[in-house]
Amino acid sequence: MTHETESESPARAGTASEPGPTPRWHQHADGSWHGHEHSGAVRPHSHDEDAHEHASESHHHGAVSTRGGFGRDSGLVTGQGAAGERQSVGDRRVRIERDVLAHNDAIAARNRGLLERGSSLALNLVSSPGAGKTSLLCRTIQCIAGTFPVVVIEGDQQTSLDADRIRATGVPALQINTGKGCHLDAAMVERALAQLDPPGQALVMIENVGNLVCPAAFDLGEDAKVVVLSVTEGDDKPLKYPDMFAAAQLMLVNKIDLQPYCDFDPARALEFARRINPGIDVLWVSARDGTGLDAWLAWIEARRRAKQARRSVGDAGQGQGELRPPLVERMPLRPSPD
Amino acid sequence: MHEMSLALGILGLLEEAARREKAARVKAVWLELGALSAAEPQAIAFCFEAVTRGTVAEGARLTIEAIPGRAWCLPCMESTVIARRGDPCPHCGGYQLHLADGTQMRVREMEIESQRAPDVH
Repeated sequence: MTHETESESPARAGTASEPGPTPRWHQHADGSWHGHEHSGAVRPHSHDEDAHEHASESHHHGAVSTRGGFGRDSGLVTGQGAAGERQSVGDRRVRIERDVLAHNDAIAARNRGLLERGSSLALNLVSSPGAGKTSLLCRTIQCIAGTFPVVVIEGDQQTSLDADRIRATGVPALQINTGKGCHLDAAMVERALAQLDPPGQALVMIENVGNLVCPAAFDLGEDAKVVVLSVTEGDDKPLKYPDMFAAAQLMLVNKIDLQPYCDFDPARALEFARRINPGIDVLWVSARDGTGLDAWLAWIEARRRAKQARRSVGDAGQGQGELRPPLVERMPLRPSPD
Repeated sequence: MHEMSLALGILGLLEEAARREKAARVKAVWLELGALSAAEPQAIAFCFEAVTRGTVAEGARLTIEAIPGRAWCLPCMESTVIARRGDPCPHCGGYQLHLADGTQMRVREMEIESQRAPDVH
């Protein structure tokens, strides 16, 4: 038996004064969390750890409980779950065993297949707002200068300002407005690809919503996530937002021309990024004065070549003979009308 | 707040499975959430309650089971538990860690109330 002090869930704090039972969150000694409803005053109370049932009749569990303890070395989950819920006749347990993001990942796999058939390379640019993704994209497109096709998918909550900037460089761009959404998902990119219909061997640049948290979890079908970190943001960003730096294959440190005016230590940024992701590539660039763009273009070119070579090998492997000219036919791009 | 999208993902899996199983109601759900995954358990719980309203999973009890982060330390040649990304190996203090477990966000199981068999004849 243990005693805990109850506290409001942050998410519920705003509804505390509403009438009726209020779910209260608290943590057990083993680190598990749960909420349950109280009809009366809140007071410390006891739990039977093993049965995970409440000794008192004055309250009952709400809809959610978590077990196992986050952020600490908890003992493993018992799998006992569903605290004291009685099974009635006709109830049964069904195993699901699927990823929460299974639906997104299935669409991402379709996107990846489509891009693979076109030997197109897709990069998902992620960063906090203002790191310079759009400026970097514009400058990159100017450097590529039509030597191979580029299309751009722009994600922002509102406005088509970014897509307008890209179109001014002469390449096709499609703006996705996520509204209240904080990230692009695979279905948005699927629709965008259908509309943009990129030619073969294109570079598909996806500029994600400026957000260093949410886009990390969502596979869009890209070949790599590229995280842009600007020196004005500080060298400790990789440690503060580790999920994104763990998901990225390349960190582009932008605005490097401003480094003399900032307390940004490149060695620290590099060390922190590699702590989170030992295999991450790191390049130092300035979209403004062009520093490091050659290395960035070479990084892109190496991946374009690798992808085209893989496609050629794949064709040969399927018994389709010698290296073919770049793909002519593509899969139907429009999703089925339903 | 990508947890709203994740909660919708959970709901999608439940609705699909409930249709397949001809369930009248989803009563309970067990979710495995890695300590190194991109989701906050309390935010998931809050969003789950919100998105299941008016669905087959309304009022379902969600049990979130925390899976500890586990990594393989290359210098130590040993598996170790880490609480967060960016934490060092507790034995050697190094960062040459290869994540092995604890990034999952997985719907493991549900408990359903079966529909009464319809009178076919």
